[in-house]
Amino acid sequence: MSAALDLAARVTDPRDRGGPRQPLLIARDLRKHFAVKGAKGKVVRAVDGISFAVRKGETLGVVGESGCGKSTLARLLLHLIVPDAGELVFDGEAVGAPGGISVGALRRQAQMVFQDSYSSLNPRMPVRDSVAFGPYVQGTKRPEARDIARRMLGQVGLDADLFGPRYPHELSGGQKQRVNIARALATGPRMVVLDEPVSALDKSVEAQVLNLLLDLKQRFGLTYLFISHDLGVVRFVSDRVLVVYLGRVVEVGPSEALFHEPKHPYTRALLASRPSMDPARRIEEAPIAGDPPNPIDPPSGCRFRTRCPFAEAVCAAREPALAADGWDAHAAACHMQDAGSGHSRAASAGSA
Amino acid sequence: MRTYILRRILYAIPIALGVSIVCFSLVYIAPGDPLETVLPPDATAATIAQIKHIYGFDKPIPVQYVIWLGRVLAGNFGISIADGRPVILEVGQALKNTGLLALFAVPLAFTLGYAMGAVAGCFPGGWLDRTVTGAAVAGVSVPNYWLGIVLVILFSVQYMWLPATGMGPDGVSQLHLLQWRDLQYFVLPVITLAMIPIGIIARSTRAAVAEIRNQDFVQTLRAKGLSEWAVARHVLKNALPPVMAVMGLQFGYLLGGSILVETVFSWPGSGFLLSKAIINRDVPVLQGTILALSMIFVATNLIVDLLQSLVDPRLRRG
Amino acid sequence: MTVMASQPVMASGQPMAAEQVMGLPGPEPDAAAAPDAHALPAITVRSYWQSVGYRLRHDPATLCFAAIVLLIVLAAVFAPLVAPDNPFQESIIGRLKPFGWRGHLLGTDELGRDMLSRLLFGGRVALLMGVVPVLIASVVGGTLGVIGGFAGGMINTATMRTMDVFYAFPSVLLAVAIAGAMGGGIANGMIALTLVFIPPICRVAETATTQVRGLDFIEAARASGARPLTIIRHHVLGNVLGPVFIYASSLVSVSMLLASGLSFLGLGVRPPTPDWGLMLSTLRQSIWVVPWVCALPGVAIFITSFCFNLVSDGLRAAMDVRM
Repeated sequence: MSAALDLAARVTDPRDRGGPRQPLLIARDLRKHFAVKGAKGKVVRAVDGISFAVRKGETLGVVGESGCGKSTLARLLLHLIVPDAGELVFDGEAVGAPGGISVGALRRQAQMVFQDSYSSLNPRMPVRDSVAFGPYVQGTKRPEARDIARRMLGQVGLDADLFGPRYPHELSGGQKQRVNIARALATGPRMVVLDEPVSALDKSVEAQVLNLLLDLKQRFGLTYLFISHDLGVVRFVSDRVLVVYLGRVVEVGPSEALFHEPKHPYTRALLASRPSMDPARRIEEAPIAGDPPNPIDPPSGCRFRTRCPFAEAVCAAREPALAADGWDAHAAACHMQDAGSGHSRAASAGSA
Repeated sequence: MRTYILRRILYAIPIALGVSIVCFSLVYIAPGDPLETVLPPDATAATIAQIKHIYGFDKPIPVQYVIWLGRVLAGNFGISIADGRPVILEVGQALKNTGLLALFAVPLAFTLGYAMGAVAGCFPGGWLDRTVTGAAVAGVSVPNYWLGIVLVILFSVQYMWLPATGMGPDGVSQLHLLQWRDLQYFVLPVITLAMIPIGIIARSTRAAVAEIRNQDFVQTLRAKGLSEWAVARHVLKNALPPVMAVMGLQFGYLLGGSILVETVFSWPGSGFLLSKAIINRDVPVLQGTILALSMIFVATNLIVDLLQSLVDPRLRRG
Repeated sequence: MTVMASQPVMASGQPMAAEQVMGLPGPEPDAAAAPDAHALPAITVRSYWQSVGYRLRHDPATLCFAAIVLLIVLAAVFAPLVAPDNPFQESIIGRLKPFGWRGHLLGTDELGRDMLSRLLFGGRVALLMGVVPVLIASVVGGTLGVIGGFAGGMINTATMRTMDVFYAFPSVLLAVAIAGAMGGGIANGMIALTLVFIPPICRVAETATTQVRGLDFIEAARASGARPLTIIRHHVLGNVLGPVFIYASSLVSVSMLLASGLSFLGLGVRPPTPDWGLMLSTLRQSIWVVPWVCALPGVAIFITSFCFNLVSDGLRAAMDVRM
């Protein structure tokens, strides 16, 4: 943990405004609802009040099942989708607000790596042109943009002469994803949002790309927001982890602590559902019962209660709050964690 | 399902209105004073003033449109300049005759086209496929009226087997469809009219069938032990929805393309009426015929879409 | 023509697996080799257009028909040099003569004019009416479609609904209606045909644009800070021009057929200008005299249209391979 802070202090970026203690990104109560086609008044609550902060130089992992709002969150952070409510603060300046940082300026400092390596590259453009496009759009002249592209391709481990003129369909999945990373870094961002960057890759390639990402983070002093549904990957990469369920954060904490002693029943179930390599330890029952609920009509109170083995009346009555104080706090939005909630198991849980 | 039907029907209404606007404006893109287009050449000053008032040519165009629309919906399509008869009567009679042609051409085109395409699709790459595809491409490249002329040359001029023109020896009123004497007049026009749709339908069917046969579920059916025949039935059933859309369009083509074929065979249908109206610069008839034909096309598309949603459950969710 | 003379080949020289041709994630080229960044052999890379050229060069059927098309175009363009006689030269005694009569290779028409010469000159009008409306419609329709597809929302709906109204007419009917109302003539015919072709091309462009717009690389471009026009220029157009071009090329033969149909009805060029459709119309009465001479203009239309169709099919087979 302190290693991350040391790193932040060490790397002095001329664009730094807030200093090492200022979180690079703060998200406050972000909400995004999508109207359901055909059903009047119904909305999909993709992101329904998510708040968190990302320190400079750290990697924040975001974990959740499909449909929990992760990808929407990623796009909200870069203002590719406009939030319905809530605010974003980048290095101390509010995004999109007068007197704050404009969306255009945000895009010079934050970039994204997408999940689908196939559709994230223009099939009609040679790879080096795709990488050079970002700098070109932000004002660099074409020859310099090409140079930047060459260098970035080299940084991600691809020979620029060999791979530059190639088309996406001529590259393997791992190579394409390297190109995507090069493209994201070509504009020199300080923060990179990675939306399931290795989910579509083979395991052997996945390890390579993850190592590359960590390497690049060190080299360029980056801050990462790493989104994935793969717990092992998130654990490997992240300093802190956010667990998201149905558009809300249910648990947050330092990576090791969270994986070692999960506090929220959902996190526990996620961890327990990973198949073990040991044939002697077989999972008899599915740890999570029921189907993922409908994001259009989430359950009242705690959204997880319909699948939670510990649900009680209070869980349907009130929504539990996430009380995280301090950077390294490990907290869960669960009545069992809150001594005064009225849950029968509340008294026994302490704060870890 | 019901919402889809309702929405589809509601959607047809603005389309129909748009179509009527286009038909209405035909008079205005004609060269010269729109007033002249609806007047017989020897009209007196009194008649001119009267027509002007009735048609509302002294009012702004949107108002004229509404007046026109009102008249049309009431069944008044105007008077033919050429022979003074009400347009709607002429159009009605002509449509009946075209309908007779379509009655024979449609089943012929659809069944033959679908069969050819299905056969070609089931044996892709084989000689049968290449023949059918080649024939289909040829069918689409041929001017249908020229085909009509060639058929007439072959069967009327060279071999004298079939009549060259007309709809029956005694004219329209005395048509006995079950007698060869009258039926023979249908043969050449129907074949000519059906040619291009056969080509297009065969091509679409072949593409649909070939694509479906490549899909996984077909392999599953075979793995389950179904005979080739049973598999083919499944494939053909699945090929029907996309082809139905094409068939619907082809019906519209028959309506539009009939103009050329009917001219060649002097078949007194809506197409022939249209070409006569062009020669005579008879704009009311032109307008009325086009309006009628295009409305029929809109209705046909609607029916085809609804039928398609019945056959293909994937479309029902609207 | 779906006879593909060759299998699409990748840059590495290996035949493309079916999945890759269809654009599905296929076996990765280097999956077997160590996932090493330098594992690709150093072979010249083919760009998309180069690979299209490669496929075309290896498609004998399409090349053959393209050669015929070229021949027809040259014959029409150089008609004054190639034609044996003056196409307007009438003759009282030499009317409706069969093939080979007194040096007229293809006979004479109802006014005694040489058929071969008239056919050659008629090709000029036919090609003009085939290409020009499609060209103009491609530009107009393509632009409308890209704007609508990229903008989405109300603009797109409004554009496409307007196109739907014109779609509600069968093309022959619409062409006849517009040309008929405007009074015929070659210019009006071209206007009518252009209007007929704008909606379908617009639809093709809009579909392609909408498909591309949903892909991640467009979002990545937005994330880089690019403006909509820049994105369209660099990312959308390249992916849309292909489908539009393929579709437009298939419309050339349709345009020729429609144009000849208009002339047949008297809505195209005016006599004595030679035009295949017009010739068919004027010769129609004479089929009882020299039937096959009268059928000749249709043969010309058929051959030209057929060859254009096959070339367009070949182009589609070469260009439509997904990357």
